[in-house]
Amino acid sequence: MDLFEWQAKELFAKHGVPTTEQVVVTTADDAYAAAEQLGGGPVMVKAQVKTGGRGKAGGVKFAPTADDAREKAEAILGMDIKGHTVHTVLISQAEDIGEEYYFSFLLDRGNRSYLAMCSAEGGMEIEQLAVEKPDALARVPVDPVAGVDVAKAREIAEKGNLPEAIRDQAVEVIVKLWDVFTAEEATLVEVNPLVRTPDDRVLALDGKVTLDDNADFRHRDVHDAYRDISATDPLEVRAEEKNLNYVKLDGQVGIIGNGAGLVMSTLDVVAYAGEQYNVRPANFLDIGGGASAEVMANGLEIILSDPDVRSVFVNVFGGITSCDAVANGIVSALSMLEGRGEQLTKPLVVRLDGNNAAEGRRILTDAAHPLVEQVDTMDGAASRAAELAGKGA
Amino acid sequence: MAIWLDGNSKVLVQGITGSEGQKHTRRMVASGTDVVGGVNPRKAGSDVDGIPVFATVSEAMKETGADVSVVFVPPPFARDAAVEAIDASIPLLVVITEGIPVQDSAYFFNYSKDTGTRIIGPNCPGIISPGKSNAGIIPADITKPGRIGLVSKSGTLTYQMMYELREIGFSTCVGIGGDPVIGTTHIDCLQAFQDDPETDAIVMIGEIGGDAEERAADFIKANVTKPVVGYVAGFTAPEGKTMGHAGAIVSGSSGTAQAKQEALEAVGVRVGKTPSETARLMLEIVG
Repeated sequence: MDLFEWQAKELFAKHGVPTTEQVVVTTADDAYAAAEQLGGGPVMVKAQVKTGGRGKAGGVKFAPTADDAREKAEAILGMDIKGHTVHTVLISQAEDIGEEYYFSFLLDRGNRSYLAMCSAEGGMEIEQLAVEKPDALARVPVDPVAGVDVAKAREIAEKGNLPEAIRDQAVEVIVKLWDVFTAEEATLVEVNPLVRTPDDRVLALDGKVTLDDNADFRHRDVHDAYRDISATDPLEVRAEEKNLNYVKLDGQVGIIGNGAGLVMSTLDVVAYAGEQYNVRPANFLDIGGGASAEVMANGLEIILSDPDVRSVFVNVFGGITSCDAVANGIVSALSMLEGRGEQLTKPLVVRLDGNNAAEGRRILTDAAHPLVEQVDTMDGAASRAAELAGKGA
Repeated sequence: MAIWLDGNSKVLVQGITGSEGQKHTRRMVASGTDVVGGVNPRKAGSDVDGIPVFATVSEAMKETGADVSVVFVPPPFARDAAVEAIDASIPLLVVITEGIPVQDSAYFFNYSKDTGTRIIGPNCPGIISPGKSNAGIIPADITKPGRIGLVSKSGTLTYQMMYELREIGFSTCVGIGGDPVIGTTHIDCLQAFQDDPETDAIVMIGEIGGDAEERAADFIKANVTKPVVGYVAGFTAPEGKTMGHAGAIVSGSSGTAQAKQEALEAVGVRVGKTPSETARLMLEIVG
């Protein structure tokens, strides 16, 4: 889960990382009140969107007074930044900046370890920094077993060439950022810029944090509080409530399959087949190993309620799951949905292979549901589903 | 020979008394695997279908001579289970559990470095050497023994590929898992298959996220002389969305299926557009 800047800085404050006082608001009047609360200005007014390049897009403004904060917030709220609509702005105390540094802890997948990145040359996006000043960016491996102590933090600060005058403070900040990274179970903690004020304080002025969804069971409060439903597709919200692994896409062929890899592969095969019919996959939906009638019904219900969907491809390889159970699941799911009063009109193409496939196919043949059509191969079934979606235009 | 797992392997199950542990223990036994014991500190002294349950991995190894352990314990306890097995110096540790926090996986993987323990997974279907032994949840009856080696991030795509090539058969199939941090990589498997006299050709299945496939391509160029056929899933995955597997995510321009396919093709690996086409490419080589 990617966090907003204000959430990241809230976690920073929780772990003692020095940052600016802040108030999050959703209206221009509240922006005025927030600026007053912070001493009447000067303040920064910052768009809260989960994408980079806010400054360039005009989403970050300096406001000398509370009146000015209201005006700037008015302009920023509702703004579109790279496809993200601004619903909230952060009002924070404006600080005089002496120097800007870059700092991050992140999961290094390739080395199955962590990495600290630190540079005395901050204030630009990390991608740009890595290209333009690669020598100024220290990359220091961090052993997940040993972690970061004061000595390690000092090594990182030295390699990043953070000035000696503030190095002790920087070391302290780095140790606290490590607390954020481990205690909150993040996969990324980035501070850009980490600043030195003219009076030699070190402050985290901006923050980017990604939390590990798998660690949800240990951090339910934080995760629940920070989950942003407003930006999530309503179908994805409904799917999540039913514990379905669903991602909404923008095509016309609904997809249900078992296993993440097979479903990703199914999307690809449908996309190839769909070129001819000008259709694309409408979603990712992995019903996992079990594939009970209820899970199938919930999945079908979500997919069929997507107005863009014109056909559905159910692609199951029975590994542990046996295909007769899946076939029974499909049949009961359809009658369950019809029982709920749903008008079913969209055709289903089903491909069953693997464990007990013959019996599964027989069950579907015997049920002879008018909307269900079976095709034996994955490629053939993808083609047929694409063709039906093309016709349904 | 096969790789890492053969007819002589003696298998333990950590979490044998849970419902998944029991179910898959029975399946492993049914497919001829020598399951010699289980571990559950609270149920030591009992048994599952006559398989003795021990309090610790180290005790179980001492009593049974086990050299493989398969972990089914739930995510909150998986890290401690893995550490216990590493401390007991188990040679092969197969972590099936899905949903382990990545900092836990990073911890136990790094803890295992410079020990004699190889970890497969987490969030994986395990490893099977058909006709010999099966450590994990891969269905044993999909394919027969043969001379192809298979390495894959995905469970069901592994099964699909085993099925497509069932007439040729496999030496060993390894599901390495779809998490961001995994113990055994594509490269480890490629090396082992290259060195295995019973493997003639290799199928490598990858998916979006990370750069494991790109690294594997470099490795193939330098070290692998046996033919390799590849498949990559996730061409249609949108940026920034996790596609089922925790590790399957395109971040900015990195981790795309396109980049992985190009890297593999650049070193002479033939990459299929679909699983079936990939199987056909392999049949052209060994068929």
